[in-house]
Amino acid sequence: MAFFFEVLVTGLMVGIMYSLVALGFALIFKASEVFNMAQGAMSLFAALALYGFLKQYLHLPLWFALLCTVAVMVVWAYAIVFIVLKPLVNRPPLMLFMATFGVAYLMEGIGQSIYGTQAKGLNLGIPDKSYEVAGIFVSSFDLFFAVVAALLVFGLVWFFQKTRNGRALRAVSDDHEAALSVGIPLLKAWVLTWIIAGVVATVAGVAWGTRLGVQFSLALIAYKSLPVLIIGGIDSIPGVIIAGLIVGACENLGEVFIGPYVGGGIQTFLPYLLALLVLYFKPYGLFGKEIIERV
Amino acid sequence: MNEKGEPILLAENISITFGGLKALDNVSLKIYPGEILAIIGPNGAGKTTMLNILNGFYKPDEGRITFEGKKRSRHMKPNHIAAQGIARTFQNLALFTGMSALGNIMVGRTMKMHSNIFSQGIYWGFSRKEEIEHRKAVERIIDFLQIENIRRTPASMLPYGLRKRVELARALAAEPKLLLLDEPMAGMNLEEKEDIARFILDANEELGYTIALIEHDMGVVMDICDRIVVLDFGKKIAEGTPDEVKASPEVVKAYLGTAGG
Repeated sequence: MAFFFEVLVTGLMVGIMYSLVALGFALIFKASEVFNMAQGAMSLFAALALYGFLKQYLHLPLWFALLCTVAVMVVWAYAIVFIVLKPLVNRPPLMLFMATFGVAYLMEGIGQSIYGTQAKGLNLGIPDKSYEVAGIFVSSFDLFFAVVAALLVFGLVWFFQKTRNGRALRAVSDDHEAALSVGIPLLKAWVLTWIIAGVVATVAGVAWGTRLGVQFSLALIAYKSLPVLIIGGIDSIPGVIIAGLIVGACENLGEVFIGPYVGGGIQTFLPYLLALLVLYFKPYGLFGKEIIERV
Repeated sequence: MNEKGEPILLAENISITFGGLKALDNVSLKIYPGEILAIIGPNGAGKTTMLNILNGFYKPDEGRITFEGKKRSRHMKPNHIAAQGIARTFQNLALFTGMSALGNIMVGRTMKMHSNIFSQGIYWGFSRKEEIEHRKAVERIIDFLQIENIRRTPASMLPYGLRKRVELARALAAEPKLLLLDEPMAGMNLEEKEDIARFILDANEELGYTIALIEHDMGVVMDICDRIVVLDFGKKIAEGTPDEVKASPEVVKAYLGTAGG
């Protein structure tokens, strides 16, 4: 039984990382109805930038390098909103979606030309030891990022529920015209959303980068979070977080306990299978807003 | 309530065309501080278009708008105009359905609050104090409109009449200098209409708000409004006190279609 829980806990820890990436998607989708294909590229770029500040070009102290990385993501947020999205205001969402595809490739391209293509090891000096808690082995590394992710999530929930700017962003996501009519500037709200998504991407990028090394396949973890979005419901922030945990846990449990019977490797497609199942019973995800068209 | 003087809002020679259709043709109107002005007219007369121009959703092809003595620039966005002190409600409800009634009204207060994301992060205490202060102001509005018991209800769960009331509360929360109401009583039963009429009158008389509204119910309009502007096919056909407007042959013709003149 202890083994089961160990597998479960490890899965949950990975799940939190999925939640992080999916959270970035959900934030932007809620604010501007755009499915942001660049979310993975943003994580990659943040990890690359941090490596650049820390090791490759400059040798800044960690806290300052993190700050600079966030600053880079803020610049990206402004650039994306004012150069790419602003001319597309009031166009169909599909166009915005395609535009974010472009942004994703642009980011990867710029990242390659600045930082090179080879994989880089990112070591932030977080201890990687195993601790035994109630008979279960937990890696301190996993635990660290789980705590960071949890703090980030609670911070975001507080921000969206309790602050003026958070409410303004929710208002924009709900009804553009009404938001304008109470004096909320649309473009500023979008910039703020993209900045937040950039910060989330930074945390996700750094977390995954230290785990797997900073390499271009990092952008692909975005696709790992697609089933998370489907299961949680793309417009529900708590839903996405819970779905990330579910996916992480199922993936790991499936691999360890069912995997051996079917030759292993089911980790890669199990989340999608789950997503299909959820779609079958709950088309808007477990926590998504059901859209009822009035006739 | 109807002493003349400088109008708070002056719209001069407004024209706007939508794909060949002249929605408004050389319409001028004034709104005086402290009055309730009604904009009436048959369907398709251009009433909502006028309101959309006043709050900046549409840019008129011709004409100009002066608010509090300042000419409005063509580049002004609706959110700037809201910041100037013009609030509005919508004909087809536009509540933020993902939020509670209280959340909606707090959003209406956005322009009154000053803490930004940085002060929220750095000086948490300030934001918190501000939040509490504005919560109090919002509670007074909730009290005024008698929606205490639905504060926490999600906007999407509210019945139609109450949604309209929450929308009015959201507009009032901004403490606007000019309040634009697009059919505040549309689709309501008699009792609900009387309630809203009462609230509008109180907002005007007790709280001193200047209000311009669009309404179809002639009885209500004649009862609560100081002045009336009548539009028909994008043109202004009459303007004056309820009695003057009632007596105008143009108005009778537009409404009843009789060959009066």
